[in-house]
Amino acid sequence: MKSVGIVGWGAYIPLYRIAVDEIAKMWGIDPFLAKALGMYEKAVGGLDEDAVTIGVEAAMNALQRAKIKPDSIGAVFFGTESKPYAVKPSATIVAEVLGITPNTMASDLEFACRAASEGLRAAFALVESGQIDYGLVIGADTAQANPGDVLELTASSGGAAFIVGPSSESVAILEGVFTFITDTPDFWRREGVPYPFHGEGFTGDPAYFHHIIGAVEGLMKKLGLSPNDFDYAIFHQPNGKFPLVVGKRLGFSREKIIPSLVTPYAGNTYNGSALLGFARVLENVAKPGDRILVAPFGSGAGSDAFSFIVTDKLEERKKLAPTVDDYLSNKKIISYSEYARMRQLIKIVR
Amino acid sequence: MVWKLSPVSVWRHRIPRYRLIGKECKKCGKHHYPPKLACPYCGSRDLKNIELPRSGIIETYTVIYEVGEEFRHKAPVVIGLVKLDDGTRVIAPITDVAEDELEIGLRVEATFRRIRDGDHFGVIGYGLSFRPIRTNVSKTSS
Repeated sequence: MKSVGIVGWGAYIPLYRIAVDEIAKMWGIDPFLAKALGMYEKAVGGLDEDAVTIGVEAAMNALQRAKIKPDSIGAVFFGTESKPYAVKPSATIVAEVLGITPNTMASDLEFACRAASEGLRAAFALVESGQIDYGLVIGADTAQANPGDVLELTASSGGAAFIVGPSSESVAILEGVFTFITDTPDFWRREGVPYPFHGEGFTGDPAYFHHIIGAVEGLMKKLGLSPNDFDYAIFHQPNGKFPLVVGKRLGFSREKIIPSLVTPYAGNTYNGSALLGFARVLENVAKPGDRILVAPFGSGAGSDAFSFIVTDKLEERKKLAPTVDDYLSNKKIISYSEYARMRQLIKIVR
Repeated sequence: MVWKLSPVSVWRHRIPRYRLIGKECKKCGKHHYPPKLACPYCGSRDLKNIELPRSGIIETYTVIYEVGEEFRHKAPVVIGLVKLDDGTRVIAPITDVAEDELEIGLRVEATFRRIRDGDHFGVIGYGLSFRPIRTNVSKTSS
């Protein structure tokens, strides 16, 4: 068992939703595809929302649950692939809003959907080595997708934030972590290009499945554990189907995975994807003593597998901020034209 | 024509705009926002920073259809006069609200949003908007 863990967490999902069927109808996509991907709706950031504003909302909720002073945070890591500025950190804006500045590390991390996960690894290491007391890690995106691309059925807006600190204050203590990365070009966005591109089926076996399985099997071997030892398993959720498939291949039952599924109702929030699933499990089903597997994935490609043990501090922190399910139920359905306007798919020449 | 935002102005006003920091007059005790050099009620310059409550009611509002080019993509823009729970009045955008939801007395709370986009090449103006309080996702006690 490590001397570090999660002391606070927070979610944020914007108010607006578009039905995935509406997107499929707009572009003549086979309606069966949405069903096959296990998708119903996706969240849409409003006209005045971006990854930074979403990250701020999630981080405020995490701070409310952690019950610590903002200026005791020594590192702010912001994982996103939808930075409002190509050059200028998002993390400094969040740190300034929350009152964490000026004595803190702060940086934006990029590794497709896995950047925040690497931020978690770094924050755990900094706290464990005694260099900082607490670290704030945010995964937030206003995920881009080329209109009409199958990716548009899932790419959404939202985020999650986690505050890492000493195990004595943690709701979930880190038991171990294992990382698995290779250079696999399954999904990318080149400089100056507005939307990402992907290798279609290549995003599956050689990318998502190979890396998550590599990380999770490595973790289980390192800790001497098997799928039966875990109460819940949370995987990156590019859609509603992949986490169930990778879980089955690894030997996890559906019952251990379903409580974490957020993407079918809010879409793939990229860096927020697996972390929102982790938040939902902490809020809805986890009990003291439970062992939880969290395995985010990022294209390019890599995965981290974390094992956490839940503590008796969980219950009191749950009600200190809105939950993932609170955000899922707080929604307003919009049309494709409203969505296109909000995500600025229609460009105004100014 | 869209003007580039001044980085100096964005930087200078960031703390009150990011955190809803106002001033309390040490002489008359009243709060005001945005922070000024002298109390707008008694003229005293003996002021201190105060973090204002993040919730309140819409005292009045206006819906602006004829907006400047910078706000064309956001039209119509709703601007509210919000009376915070301590009585301080704040003029700010109202967000995440449909026109038929707007009413005087509506409970609202502060939220951090992208207020001004400026032109494509300049800095972004972040700050506070207010949104209707929806009980299950509210950050404030009401």
